[in-house]
Amino acid sequence: MPSTDLLKEAERVMNICNACRYCEGYCAVFPAMERRKTFLDQDLIYLANLCHNCRDCYYACPYAPPHEFAVNVPKTFDELRVETYQDFTWPNFLSGLFQRNGLAVTLITVVSLFIVLLPMLLLQDPAVVFSTHVGEGAFYAVIPYALMVVPALAVSLWILAAFSVGFFRFWRDTGGRLGELANLQALVGATWDALRLKYLEGGGHGCSYPDERFSHTRKWFHHLVFYGFMLNLASTSVAAIYHNVFHWDAPYPFFSLPVVLGTVGGIGLLIGTAGLLWLKGQMDPGPTNPRAFGMDIGFLVLLFLTSLTGLLLMFLRATPAMGMLLAIHLGVVLGLFFTLPYGKFIHAIYRFAALIRYSIEQSHERPGSSAKG
Amino acid sequence: MLIKRLSTLLLIWRSETQLNIDLSQTFDVLVVGGGNAALCAAMTASEAGATVLVLESAPKDFRSGNSRHTRNLRYVHGSPTDFLTGSYLEEECWDDLLRVTGGKTNERLARLTIRESTDIGEWMETHGCKFQPPLRGTLQLSRTNAFFLGGGRALMNSYYDTARKLGIEVAYDSEVEDLTIDNGNVSTAVVVSNGDSHEVRAKAVVVASGGFEANIPWLKEYWGEAADNFIIRGTPYNQGRMLRALLDKGAKPVGDPTQCHALAVDARAPKFDGGIVTRLDCIPFGIVVNRDAKRFYNEGEDFWPKRYAIWGRLVAQQPGQIAYSIIDSKSIDKFMPSVFPPIEASSIREMATKLELDPSALVETVTTFNSAVQPGTFDSSDLDDCATEGLEPPKTHWALPLEAPPFYGYPLRPGITFTYLSVAVNEQARVMMQNNNPLPNIFAAGEIMYGNILGQGYMAGFGMTIGTVFGRLAGREAARYALD
Repeated sequence: MPSTDLLKEAERVMNICNACRYCEGYCAVFPAMERRKTFLDQDLIYLANLCHNCRDCYYACPYAPPHEFAVNVPKTFDELRVETYQDFTWPNFLSGLFQRNGLAVTLITVVSLFIVLLPMLLLQDPAVVFSTHVGEGAFYAVIPYALMVVPALAVSLWILAAFSVGFFRFWRDTGGRLGELANLQALVGATWDALRLKYLEGGGHGCSYPDERFSHTRKWFHHLVFYGFMLNLASTSVAAIYHNVFHWDAPYPFFSLPVVLGTVGGIGLLIGTAGLLWLKGQMDPGPTNPRAFGMDIGFLVLLFLTSLTGLLLMFLRATPAMGMLLAIHLGVVLGLFFTLPYGKFIHAIYRFAALIRYSIEQSHERPGSSAKG
Repeated sequence: MLIKRLSTLLLIWRSETQLNIDLSQTFDVLVVGGGNAALCAAMTASEAGATVLVLESAPKDFRSGNSRHTRNLRYVHGSPTDFLTGSYLEEECWDDLLRVTGGKTNERLARLTIRESTDIGEWMETHGCKFQPPLRGTLQLSRTNAFFLGGGRALMNSYYDTARKLGIEVAYDSEVEDLTIDNGNVSTAVVVSNGDSHEVRAKAVVVASGGFEANIPWLKEYWGEAADNFIIRGTPYNQGRMLRALLDKGAKPVGDPTQCHALAVDARAPKFDGGIVTRLDCIPFGIVVNRDAKRFYNEGEDFWPKRYAIWGRLVAQQPGQIAYSIIDSKSIDKFMPSVFPPIEASSIREMATKLELDPSALVETVTTFNSAVQPGTFDSSDLDDCATEGLEPPKTHWALPLEAPPFYGYPLRPGITFTYLSVAVNEQARVMMQNNNPLPNIFAAGEIMYGNILGQGYMAGFGMTIGTVFGRLAGREAARYALD
């Protein structure tokens, strides 16, 4: 469980908000709050993860600091979220990675780089590493295919397990039953809300980010990051099909599907992460949880580096730099993937779970149901 | 870390530059106050070509007076909009106003306000206001009142942003202490800004600095020591200094100086600025007793929205200006949650101890009440037939015996929303003198002139209507005068 003080503070804030309700037009948190009269720990964890940190409510709030009520929903919920990330971490002993997450992610990435670079430099003939390779199988000349794929599959299974355990722990600890998840309408609704980032729209006018003025900038940068990431996943999947089904070996031509998907996605990621970092630089500290700063920056920088090294590899793959770039890219990707469940990325899992719960609650209230508005 | 530090520095630099205003220049229009009426006047005057300085006595974080606690605005419209259902026309609005004020209104100014409010939402939107579609909390007013997305502070943030884009200067922590009037013409305002006194010259002045509800010594002139026990629901910055200055210089007063809009709020509320969350909607569901554990008014006289505004005065008239609403477990889920948890007890005697009331007196009051309750069918959505018989004062609706523990108690105090005393204005928002001559270049808008239109009572969202309409009027006329 998150710390008692933090839960108490979140409960105090929600009791004030629930007596006011001016913010109900901004996002899902306030309508979800209005369905409750009292706030159990499970309600607070759910609401904290439903919050997209758009900050509209902070600037609208007549009770925000320096008012003596000191209502700061975005900051309180951000603090609570980070604690829930720790709580739901699988395996448990890795939950400490959230303590100083920026540092943890950096160290893991450095180790990952060494894991790829050292064996290559020690075991592979330097003449092979530092010479030009072209044509099918060029990458595998430097690092054998099996050495790329087997660790990647292992890490993928590991993180899928971590995501699943985290999801179900969240679901259980917010009072959910497994049977509730068999609700296609709710799943579709939550997916749609997540894919369009509905709740970064603040009732249609945008986030108050980086300052009190409404703006859609952050939403668009986030879209670039998310869809850039998805395009890169798609690129990898298509490449896997090419390799395993059609037996076409990478590298693929510039205008082949995997390269086009990867390039477009990579540029999206590059712009999106740079944009979000730039916004963070101008961010108003008022509604900000300073303890999440390292976690947010760590993940964004890592995504940026993944994309940068990938694009460099693509453009310089026919030069002698390819060997080193390939190893660096793979090292960064390894670091990124391994830290997905132990860094900022994990917000997507719990946010999605919270959106599903919200969608289920909404479906109980549609016309024809007995619940009172 | 470096980026964070730089951004903090940038923020400090930005807020400091806001005070770097050349106060030695002559402004076309000086706006005293920083709430809705003030900003509407400032934006209108600026758009007419005037140079405008806004003097807000509060620091930036607490700017906007009582507007920061508002939520909606009433305006007439012929057809539904994205934010309003149905239509609401002048005659209906006038009837509503006549009913709540009991006729204490200036019909010319009231009708002017109502007519000028037609489709005012569109003007507000072009000046940054964002409305929200009707949601659960707003449905009961969705035909007559448009709700600001995020409430009044969000509205005011948008207005301040628009003002900034228009090039309007805003000085915070700047209270106008006096106006210099020569031959009926105001020429300078004495401003204390961040501790320093300045004389600011202006061709015209819009006074939109609110009432005097936060000025406890002034309230004591009418309420005596009881005013020490009043809770002020809104800004502590409404000291009425401009109202006093104008009246002292011979402006014509309007509105009963002894009256204020007051409801019963939770006695645990902060002295100032508690806003909406300190209200209590529990009164119709139980009994209300005073310090002597005696009931003093019919708690079920009428629907709560029609009666909540009389309870401030009722409590103010009780000894010690305190009362207690007591309900039982049957009713705890029947009203909006309030910000402070109820005081809980398993018996009436225990409740009396916790509320520091005489236990046997409270037990007797409850027993007498319970035995006077007649059988009926409880329905909180209707004026039901659950009433007492042979009890003084009676409870004429929603009377159920207090018998199902746990019992819940809420302490009540009078919560002052605004005062009615105002300066009289004409149809150009010019301040009127006692000889019925308007001052040529002093205009008033907002709470400082509510009393012209709201002589008593209140109508939800209409204060913002008066502020918006008269703010625009005052801004337009002030700019016209200054630029002539």
